[in-house]
Amino acid sequence: MKLFKSKSSAGLLSAPYMAWALIFILVPLGMVFYYGLTNDSGSFTLENITTIAKPGYLKALIRSLRLAVISTFVCFILAYPLGMILSSMKLSKNTYIVTLFILPMWMNFLLRTLTWMTLLEGKGVINTVLEFFHLPTINVINTGAAIVLGMVYNFLPFMILPIYNSLNKIDENVINAARDLGANTLQTFLKITLPLSLPGILSGITMVFIPALTTFAISTMLGGSKILLIGNIIEQEFTQLYDWHLGSGLSIVLMVFIILNMIIETIFDKGGNA
Amino acid sequence: MKNKPLSIILCLLLVCFCICGCAENDKATNKKEKLYVYNWGEYIDDEVIDKFEEETGIDVVYDMFETNEIMYAKLAQDDSAYDVICPSDYMIQKLIENDLIQELNFDHIPNSKNIGAQYYESSRSFDPENKYSVPYCWGTVGILYNKTMVDETVDSWDILWNPKYSGQILMQDSVRDAYMVALLKNGYSQNTKNPDEIAVATKDLIAQKPLVQAYVVDQVRDKMIGGEAALGVIYSGEAIYTARENDDLVYVVPKEGTNVWIDSWVITKGSKNKENAEKWIDFMCRGDIALQNFEYITYSTPNTIAQENIEDEDIKNSKVAFPDLSEFPSESYQYLGQDGDRLYNDAWMEVKSADY
Repeated sequence: MKLFKSKSSAGLLSAPYMAWALIFILVPLGMVFYYGLTNDSGSFTLENITTIAKPGYLKALIRSLRLAVISTFVCFILAYPLGMILSSMKLSKNTYIVTLFILPMWMNFLLRTLTWMTLLEGKGVINTVLEFFHLPTINVINTGAAIVLGMVYNFLPFMILPIYNSLNKIDENVINAARDLGANTLQTFLKITLPLSLPGILSGITMVFIPALTTFAISTMLGGSKILLIGNIIEQEFTQLYDWHLGSGLSIVLMVFIILNMIIETIFDKGGNA
Repeated sequence: MKNKPLSIILCLLLVCFCICGCAENDKATNKKEKLYVYNWGEYIDDEVIDKFEEETGIDVVYDMFETNEIMYAKLAQDDSAYDVICPSDYMIQKLIENDLIQELNFDHIPNSKNIGAQYYESSRSFDPENKYSVPYCWGTVGILYNKTMVDETVDSWDILWNPKYSGQILMQDSVRDAYMVALLKNGYSQNTKNPDEIAVATKDLIAQKPLVQAYVVDQVRDKMIGGEAALGVIYSGEAIYTARENDDLVYVVPKEGTNVWIDSWVITKGSKNKENAEKWIDFMCRGDIALQNFEYITYSTPNTIAQENIEDEDIKNSKVAFPDLSEFPSESYQYLGQDGDRLYNDAWMEVKSADY
């Protein structure tokens, strides 16, 4: 079916998207690069980017990478079995459960994170309940663990859905064929299910890793501002210190890591398809 | 990674959230007179705003900031975004020096005479000729402690370094207030520009980090009321409110001295509604309004009429709300210039990113 006969009408229809991309993607990106590569007087400099090598900044970057990797890993560990359970269910049941997983996302993300704060606090809900039963109380608020918890909680749906999606698409006959040819459960999983769900895993990783690497709201709320992530530094440069140049320079550094993440995935993706 | 409609929808959702978060305030284009006010969080009785709107017919758009620095970043970007703002002393000096606020016409603010002369006198440290600002609230910074959790006398900033209270201490998440504590503890001036003295303070703050439960600003109040922490650095204005909510909380000004601050109304250079802004300041200086505000926010008012009319004798004579400044050493923050700012900001970054 050919909807658009001439190229011009297709161009016309894509104009809103092009305008959107230009205004909200390219222009801001250009501004980030402009500010990141200039100083107050407007001349070219790399100083904003090399600042990342200073101890305080480097520490925050490494800490962010570490927490993001841990969160992504935990998300994956939780999401994959769940995706398998969901995809093995009957259709009517699993849409219901998938909706349940998306449901929390209808609420504001900050509100949900704030709730974790009141739950985890020293005299918060969880500890009050534990105390009532004379159990030892937990002390995770304002630690890295609380931040990881917040990230996993907030980003888990982004991992579940693509994995579930790709698992769902695997033709059952392929699995049956493998079993028929003598592969045991483990072999089937390793040689058939896992490779075929790789694209879902990879997009899940991207969608968890990137927001986890750049977050500043979760670390402020659940880390008590004690654990400074690179996102917090960039936020501070813009809102508190009014240094757009340094803030943009650090954003460029962060972009490098995000692009790196995507390159690695593309390589894996190709390998998986081959 | 192709053909993932769900993933794409989720990505779009994420973008939507981001955009919603940054959405501009509702700047409806009706013909009503407007006034854009930018004030500290929890720093006004909302009824006062309603009253002002009723009496003048001006539509108030009210925004809040958490620290002076956030306010400055926003104003430096666009000095016409707000008409009237309420920064602290040193920030007013910075705004004057950077030409971001304008001189007031005191003929249009007749109620400004209600503000006690001593407060104008103190204001001279940042507004030498009293041309730019009208005081709104003032106070000290001190330690709020829970007497059921602290069994020794609290009279020194040193207690915030006592390992006994590990995990029970709340520090201010604001560079000047945090450094004030560490500098005064070492007997230095809170306005020092000496890198060695700042380095000593930085070392102390890093050493303190393992003991600190969290660095917070407005949350100190609720956390202390809820018994989450034993000691917290807090503004004197919160002392009356917190004591009212929780009997166990006591506010002290340490013997090493403290910071005396004044928050004043100023009008931005780019203000498009200057007359309305002056009406607002005048309204805030009215005795009855200042009193109503004081009773709600409990930050010390410099308004003499309001001070006289406080009904509760305990509060009227309270040393916490209206301290005798000769009893302890005190100083106000001064703007330290761009170099000074950099010095403090870099050092503060070091503290915040330190491992503990």
